[in-house]
Formats: sequence, structure tokens, C-alpha cells
Amino acid sequence: MTEVFFFALAGFTVAAALLVVLARNIVHSAVALIFSFCGVAGIYVLLDAEFLAAVQVLIYVGGITILLLFAIMLTTRIAARADVFNEQVGFSALICLGITAILVYASLTGIQVSGQAPTPPETAPALGRLLLTTHVLPFELASVLLLAAMVGAIILARREGE
Amino acid sequence: MPQIREELVARFYALFEGWGIPWIVPRLVVMLVVVSIIILFISVSAMFLIWWERKISAHIQARFGPMRVGGWHGWAQSIADGVKLLLKEDIIPTQADRPVFILAPMVVFAAALAAYVVIPFGPGLIVEDLNIGILYVIAISSLTVVGIIMAGWGSNNKYAALGALRSAAQAVSYEVPLVVSLIGPLLLVGSLSTTKIVEAQRYLWFIVLQPLAFLTYFTCAVAETNRLPFDIPEAESELVAGFHVEYSGMRFAIFFLAEYANMFTVCAIATTVFLGGWRGPLLPPWLWFLLKTFFLLFVMIWLRWTLARVRVDQLMNVAWKVLLPLAFANLGITGLLVWVFS
Repeated sequence: MTEVFFFALAGFTVAAALLVVLARNIVHSAVALIFSFCGVAGIYVLLDAEFLAAVQVLIYVGGITILLLFAIMLTTRIAARADVFNEQVGFSALICLGITAILVYASLTGIQVSGQAPTPPETAPALGRLLLTTHVLPFELASVLLLAAMVGAIILARREGE
Repeated sequence: MPQIREELVARFYALFEGWGIPWIVPRLVVMLVVVSIIILFISVSAMFLIWWERKISAHIQARFGPMRVGGWHGWAQSIADGVKLLLKEDIIPTQADRPVFILAPMVVFAAALAAYVVIPFGPGLIVEDLNIGILYVIAISSLTVVGIIMAGWGSNNKYAALGALRSAAQAVSYEVPLVVSLIGPLLLVGSLSTTKIVEAQRYLWFIVLQPLAFLTYFTCAVAETNRLPFDIPEAESELVAGFHVEYSGMRFAIFFLAEYANMFTVCAIATTVFLGGWRGPLLPPWLWFLLKTFFLLFVMIWLRWTLARVRVDQLMNVAWKVLLPLAFANLGITGLLVWVFS
């Protein structure tokens, strides 16, 4: 049964992701990105990672895509038809093929995991504890990075001579 | 009550198993029934709320409000309005972005509907007691903004686009103090599950322990649902109606329904987290839950018809310079006290 749901969700996610790249209207791309993120959240639920799924929806759908849509709507020529292929097509094709090759190799040979990890009944407390003990350094580094980005955005938004 | 429900569901499954049908079929049927009940509840409560709001606003302004349809105090007015909206012609502007325009109300309504999954109407009277309950509601309700932006952009109308941009800015700003104010009570419980939050308030409602968090949450909740005094996104006098100006008939009705469903959700969460949920003497639990929630809804309607709209700059100042520091102060003090006493 899980397989049926997995393939439905995976198909949905991939279709939405394809629409992100192939849509000729940039707003359609952003809207398709939202559905793609929701599909990924659904896969997280299938993997018993409800906390990650909720965070995925909260941050990627509720935060990042909304800011993306905001930025698109505030820039000019949104309705202009964007060309899907530009001069970077060869370069990006190379990178995509490389990633695909790695993924295919990984799924054919299998990835080494240390057995079936038991899922705790509540993932949120365990995740929080790990983030503030074992992984506190990357966690704090990420927050410093975000702070730097915020300061940068404020400096960019401030007009000269104010 | 929960025992009876569980026994009924178990018998239903056994019935299908006896016929040799895979369990997915009865499971889907149960899901459909639950969704239908929620949609029915949303429709009925929204129609009641609309009638109630019109009555309250009328009495605040020394009028009577709807009096004719249905006889007693115009109780059938909302039903008549609903039927009228259903029968109206479906108009899509020629210059609109069709797929985005059509999808927008569906996204908004789906988000409003999904949030009902974790509302605890009574002990056991909950669709699914997720262990990430409150986080789930916060995550799902952020989808509403996506729908609003889609509506604003898809309409290809400057008023709709302006309203949608204002709505997005407001929702993103107020979501931060809203979430931070909820962490205080969650620290006291140590769980995100809505049922466990209600059970933790056996002796004392969290509004007593967390009055500041309650005020911050409720203010942000009013802003999140785009209601006066924070209704800048749909300010009638300057933006006509904001993001849904081009919508009419059924699609407009769906937006309207989702708005009232969201109002109910934020008040139900306030009841769950701060007002002891279904707990109360004498009356059955579900009635207590509805009474508390509808009292908060009454306060929301009361605020709407007695306060003036704030300006955009005041709106942002209140969110970032007043509510956010208050919420963080509350979180810090709560964390310190929990650490000291545990």
C-alpha cells in the first residue's frame, strides 16, 4: 500500500518539478514549486518524519516560496514570456547529468546505512535535543549566516544618503 | 463517546473484511465520511458566524440587521445568501491567468480544511491526534497566503495584486510573534499534541500562567485572518476588496467560507492552548469547547466593529517593535521559570 502512495507522491513531485523548469511563465514556475515542496512533505510523512514534513511546509512553502513570489511580483516584466533555454544550457546539462549519474549509481549499488533505525514515537524532542547538543555548531553557523544575509538585505534596501 | 465511535469503525472494517475487500476501501470510505463531516461543520458554522456577525454589527450600530428571511430574527439569511452565490454565473476575467485564478480558492480552502484535523473538540473527538499538532496547524495555515497571492496575481488586477502583496507582508510579519507566543505554553506542556496540551491544563488554564502570550497570540491571530483593525489587505475604501475583487459566485463563496473557517481555527487553537480546551463543569466537553471558541469569535467580531483600521506603517511597527519583543520576553521568562522549577 505504501508503495502506491509513494509512487503517487513521487510522480506528483516530479511532475510539479518538471513544470517548474519548463513553464514559460515565471509565476507558474513558482506556483508549481509550491506543489513540488508539498509532494516532498508528503514523502516525509510516508517515512514517519512528521516533524520534518511540517517544517518543510512551514519553511519552504510558507516562507521561502512566498518571499520568492514577492520578489517576482515586485520586479518588472513578470508577464513576459521567458525563454526556457539560454546560453548556460550546455553547462547546466553537464551538472544535471552528473547528479543523475551519481543518483543512479547510488540506487543501483545501494547506500550503506547502519541497519533499520528505530523511529522514536515523538521525533520533535529528539531532533531538538540533537540540534542543541551534538549539532549545535552547524546550527549556530546557519543562524549567523542568516543574520549576515539579513544585514546585507537591510543595507541593500536602504537608499543612499539616508 | 470515543468508545462508541471506535467500535463502529472497527465493525465497519470487519464487515468489509468478511466480504474479502482490501482494507483500503473501508479506510477511504471512513476518510470520506470524516471529511464530509468537517466540510458540513465548516459550512454550518460559517453560515451561523456570518449571520451572527451581521446581527452583532447591527446592534453595535443601533440597527436590527437581517430580520425577514426565515422568520425569527432572519436566521435563514445566510442560507439564502449561500444559495444565491451557488446559482450565480461563474465569471473568469478574460485577461486573468486561468489556471492560477481557478486554483487559488481551492488552495485557500484546502489549507483551511486541513487545519481542522488536529482540533480537539472533546476527549477522543479529534480526527487525528498528531504528535506535531500545533506545528501542523502553523505549517498548514501558512498555505493560505500562497492561495491569496495566487488569487491576487491570477486576477490580473492592480487592486487584487496590491491586496495580495499587503496580505503576504502582513501574514509573514505576524506569523513570527504568533509562533513565538505559542512556544511559552508549549514549554509548560512539553508536547506539541493538542490533546496533551488540554490534559496539561487539568488544574489551571494557561491563560492564568501565560496572559502575555495569550494577548500576543490573539492579536496576531486577528491579523493573520485579515480582520479589522488589521484588514489592510482588503480595505474596502482604498482597494475595493483586495485579493478577491475579481471573484464572484461560487469561487467568492469559497474564499468567504475559508475566511470564516480560519477564524474558527485560530479561536479553537486559542481555546485549546490557553482556555483549557474542552474542560469545564456540568456541560458536556464538546459544548464547553464550542462555547469557549464562540466566545473568542464574539470578541473578534466585537473588535472589528468598534475599532478603526490601522495604517500600514503602524501595522508593521506593532508586529516587529511591540508584539515580537513581548513574545520573546514571555518566552525567555517562561523558559527560565521552567528551568528553575524542574
